[in-house]
Amino acid sequence: MKQPFEDHVSTVPAVQELPATPAAPRRMTLNMGPQHPSTHGVLRIVLELEGETIISAAPDIGFLHTGIEKEFEQKNWQQAVTLTDRVDYLANLSNNLAYALAVEKLLPIEIPPQAQWMRVMMTEFSRLNSHLVWLGTHALDIGAMTMFFYCFREREDILRIFEMFSGQRMMTSYIRIGGLALEPPRGWQQAVGKFIRAFPSKVDEYEELLNKNPIWTRRTKGVGFISLEDMLDLGVSGPMIRAAGVDWDIRKKEPYSSYDQFDFRVPVETSNDVWGRYRVRLQEMRESAKIITQALEGMPGGPWKADAPHVVLPDREKMKTEMEALIYHFKIVTEGFRVPAGEAYQCIESPRGEIGYYVVSDGTSKPYRVHMRTPSFGNLQALPKMLEGILIADSIAALGSMDFVLGDTDR
Amino acid sequence: MNHPAIVESKEAFGETTLLADPARIVDLCRYLKDSEKFIRLSGITAVDLHPMEPRFEVIYHLHSLERNQRLRLKCRLGGDTPEIDSATGVWRSANWYEREVFDMFGIVFRNHPNLVRILMPIDWEGYPLRKDYPVHGYKYSYPSE
Repeated sequence: MKQPFEDHVSTVPAVQELPATPAAPRRMTLNMGPQHPSTHGVLRIVLELEGETIISAAPDIGFLHTGIEKEFEQKNWQQAVTLTDRVDYLANLSNNLAYALAVEKLLPIEIPPQAQWMRVMMTEFSRLNSHLVWLGTHALDIGAMTMFFYCFREREDILRIFEMFSGQRMMTSYIRIGGLALEPPRGWQQAVGKFIRAFPSKVDEYEELLNKNPIWTRRTKGVGFISLEDMLDLGVSGPMIRAAGVDWDIRKKEPYSSYDQFDFRVPVETSNDVWGRYRVRLQEMRESAKIITQALEGMPGGPWKADAPHVVLPDREKMKTEMEALIYHFKIVTEGFRVPAGEAYQCIESPRGEIGYYVVSDGTSKPYRVHMRTPSFGNLQALPKMLEGILIADSIAALGSMDFVLGDTDR
Repeated sequence: MNHPAIVESKEAFGETTLLADPARIVDLCRYLKDSEKFIRLSGITAVDLHPMEPRFEVIYHLHSLERNQRLRLKCRLGGDTPEIDSATGVWRSANWYEREVFDMFGIVFRNHPNLVRILMPIDWEGYPLRKDYPVHGYKYSYPSE
């Protein structure tokens, strides 16, 4: 008797080519993406499956490549800040900061304390923003829909604060070479204070929803293991490393922008699985809230941009009354400022790990070369190793725990 | 740090740059990883100095967690079809970094396990980050230019 579907199977050439001996059972190649909701962007993963077990995974990236590094060479130094926003669209301010610090190293100019503290506060907000989006979407992938709404509720407040400071919700370009884009708005203390007083109780809410949730714990504990040696060898950085027991945070180890004046802890977990990464990021949110509170209470006064008239645009008032200010304004706006020839590398701790800007100047008003060492690109390289041998259902949890942004990967 | 492949050492902005002999780069990388504890390769990139000669600089950013130190390695390569040995045998992370450099600059890494384009489409012509490559590519031309 004819088996059902026999005709159908025999006409598919791909199936015929695969060996069907018991020693090498039938394998299937499955395309995940490029349009798949759980990859959070345009990522294609070619999975080789045996039943439901992943034998090998090969990520295919580049769908979001927009040539930002080439574009840098066409803009002048200050204009290029707007490009850094578009690299990692969830941690724009971290990118702004890394680029600004690298260029300031070359110039070199001194940044006043208020601008430094403001930069710290804003990058911590961007860390909260990024972790909230991660938690919401990651929980949604695993099946906890409520988290998504809770997290986006708080994220909305953060975006309102960004809008208040910079006039933009996402592409803020708020951190500029030489300080900040705008003076901190009137009443920012109230807005930030209101948010930050309420925030720790919101994190409690997330923990209440997830920590003892049996579905959440069973889908995260012991899933997505990858050894520390493999991670270091494959270029992983950030919360993934800290969930494997290494106390490595660039904010502590190589402090930048006055991070050494803040009192915070680097959360470390040892379980090295999806659960551990969740714990690390959740505690990081609490620490970020602590840093923001300290910045709010101890914000130094004084100028918010550097005393470097050849780099920073003059105040509007001065422009109308002082000849020099008008000349500098004209020069900066028309041709930009020149940066002495040289090269510098500046890395900072972004929500995803080490983000590094390698900047080369040839002494003109445009960057000669800017290379972005992005955390998502480094982290994603460890994906095949992490997915090897686990179930396809667990791959969603494992993928999500990496917290990559495809714009950051492809640039 | 003392290795015959190191040609020159430079300090600037608190960063150390070593100029290395490209012919012995793998040797040097292995020495830095094993003896000097630079267990992390944080990235590889390149700079095109067109029309200067040697035209390309390949740059390795190393990081040692133990010593909390960073190091920049630099190799100069000449010609339009430069080649250098791959560091994938030393750090596995070099795999994608080198593919990106190949994709953008056309620098060939010998003994690389899978040297194909990574960000650009597989059938792309030309190397976008070279200085003689126009911003809008070769495909389109505009009457004003």
